[in-house]
Amino acid sequence: MTSQVPTEVMPDGGTRRLSAILGSQSLALLLVLFVLVAFFSLMRPDAFPRIANILNMATDASILLVLAVGGTYVILTGGIDLSINGVLVFSGVIAAQAMVWTGGDNPPTLLVGLVFAMLAGAAWGAVNGFLIAKARIPALIVTLGTMGMSLGSALLITRGIDISDVPDSLVVGIGSGRLMGVPVLVIVTAVIVIAGGLVLAYTRFGRYTYAVGSSPEACRRASINVAGHLLKVYLLAGVLSGVAGYLSLARFATTTLSGHTTDNLQVIAGIVIGGTSLFGGSGGMFGTVVGIIIPVVLLNGFVVLGLPPFWQQVAVGAVLIGAVYFDQLRRRLRDR
Amino acid sequence: MSTAPLVAFSGISKTFGGVHAVENVSLDLNPGEVLGLLGHNGAGKSTLIKILSGVYPPDAGEIRLSGSPVNIRSTRDAKALGIETIYQNLALSENLDSVANLFLGREITNRFGFMDDEAMEEAARTSLDRMKLRLPSLSKLVASLSGGQRQAVAIARAVHFNARVLIMDEPTAALGPEETAKVGALIRELASQGIGIILISHDIHDVFDLADRLAVMRHGKVVGTTRTADVSKDEVLAMIIAGTLPAGMARRDH
Repeated sequence: MTSQVPTEVMPDGGTRRLSAILGSQSLALLLVLFVLVAFFSLMRPDAFPRIANILNMATDASILLVLAVGGTYVILTGGIDLSINGVLVFSGVIAAQAMVWTGGDNPPTLLVGLVFAMLAGAAWGAVNGFLIAKARIPALIVTLGTMGMSLGSALLITRGIDISDVPDSLVVGIGSGRLMGVPVLVIVTAVIVIAGGLVLAYTRFGRYTYAVGSSPEACRRASINVAGHLLKVYLLAGVLSGVAGYLSLARFATTTLSGHTTDNLQVIAGIVIGGTSLFGGSGGMFGTVVGIIIPVVLLNGFVVLGLPPFWQQVAVGAVLIGAVYFDQLRRRLRDR
Repeated sequence: MSTAPLVAFSGISKTFGGVHAVENVSLDLNPGEVLGLLGHNGAGKSTLIKILSGVYPPDAGEIRLSGSPVNIRSTRDAKALGIETIYQNLALSENLDSVANLFLGREITNRFGFMDDEAMEEAARTSLDRMKLRLPSLSKLVASLSGGQRQAVAIARAVHFNARVLIMDEPTAALGPEETAKVGALIRELASQGIGIILISHDIHDVFDLADRLAVMRHGKVVGTTRTADVSKDEVLAMIIAGTLPAGMARRDH
């Protein structure tokens, strides 16, 4: 007796790699971005499509993108990290303080700042990860708590007054520095985004991130350490928030204690617009990049057109809801 | 019997808080045999299977694999011995494709630490071909596969890493007639390659057409075992419900 198992043609595996990076929704989203860019360029060809303006937009998106790389991993596991803006500010304060204590205005001082920023971020990430993965407290609650704790700690340390004693070489070299015409902030961000995207698409760490968000039980059956992986993912988000805090310090030459209050929500909105599901397991880095860039383009476009920039918040809200609606439609079609 | 059975339980007992979940059970599974393990909920079949798959240690008794006694203390031990279990919920990762599920936790990586998708896909293809198993597309997400195809992915994952014993918990309970036939064909194919398969069910209809032999459990004991060809469904039902043996059947098969 021969087996009557379904026989259909199997397509060659070459398309797998591409679809791992892109996704069906990402392509539709890319189209939205193109339409927006085309629209603003047609309306103000003298202002919007200029190199200077594009680099401005890239710089505006850079710090959010660094946060969004970690946020994408977190949301893919089915979690959420609301604490990233608090951790960003806290890490910036620690870095600034460390550089003040170290003194000097030279590369070693800047390195001390970076290391302290990353350590501060890692510490909060470890707290988040431990409470979520080991103590099994919902991520929403844990990170809401640590958001307040990290921001409050930053205010305690500084007594509520911004530290503006930031080394000039940090501000000039990284914050507003350029390498062959491209802002250093943009280059650093690009490196982080590309590395984060490659790890997500092509390594076991990335695969387990999807797997944990998809079915923790399947992971346990496959001998994957689910709690350990969650811990690492929140640690990564913390470290990247630390890096973002350092970049913010470089860009604004101050700790901007009250300047990042909605960063977490902007980042989550961008990730979700980019097609990463809040239920975990599906999405990707390419979508996140587009999802973060669309609100930035909208804001810039409205300003260039002379419209009240407050329209951006309205538009982004609508795009967010629309994106989730289409995601659900797509899922319903897929699952039939 | 000339050769040693693939799996031989002898005198296996397990109690939970004074209740005999499994009491002095002796049962054989031969290579290439499909054994239906039947009984009501709480009859002890799940406990017996969990002892074999390393979830519980037995209180007494011995398990022999191809004649040599084995000590299975964890699910990892069981897997290392080639004993794979497919639970009813399959435990697949919906958002990953078939290949990713097949290799979940055992991904092939190159020397830079990147996953080698081509190697995994090729290995998956080879393995599926060997099982005469076809999936619509290996790069399709499991979420978009039918129940029978998911079952096939779960089976492929279990068998790919050299399973000798395959335990399946109600493999066709959630499937329509057509898919049930496909999964049935796959089970027969695997058995023909020498894998011993235990199908657990509380419903005689799920296993009657698939199993070479049936073992019925009741109140933690084996009521009896019989070749499927030698009995009617009604006779097996009587064994499950009342514990009564068909006329002329021995109380134990050895």
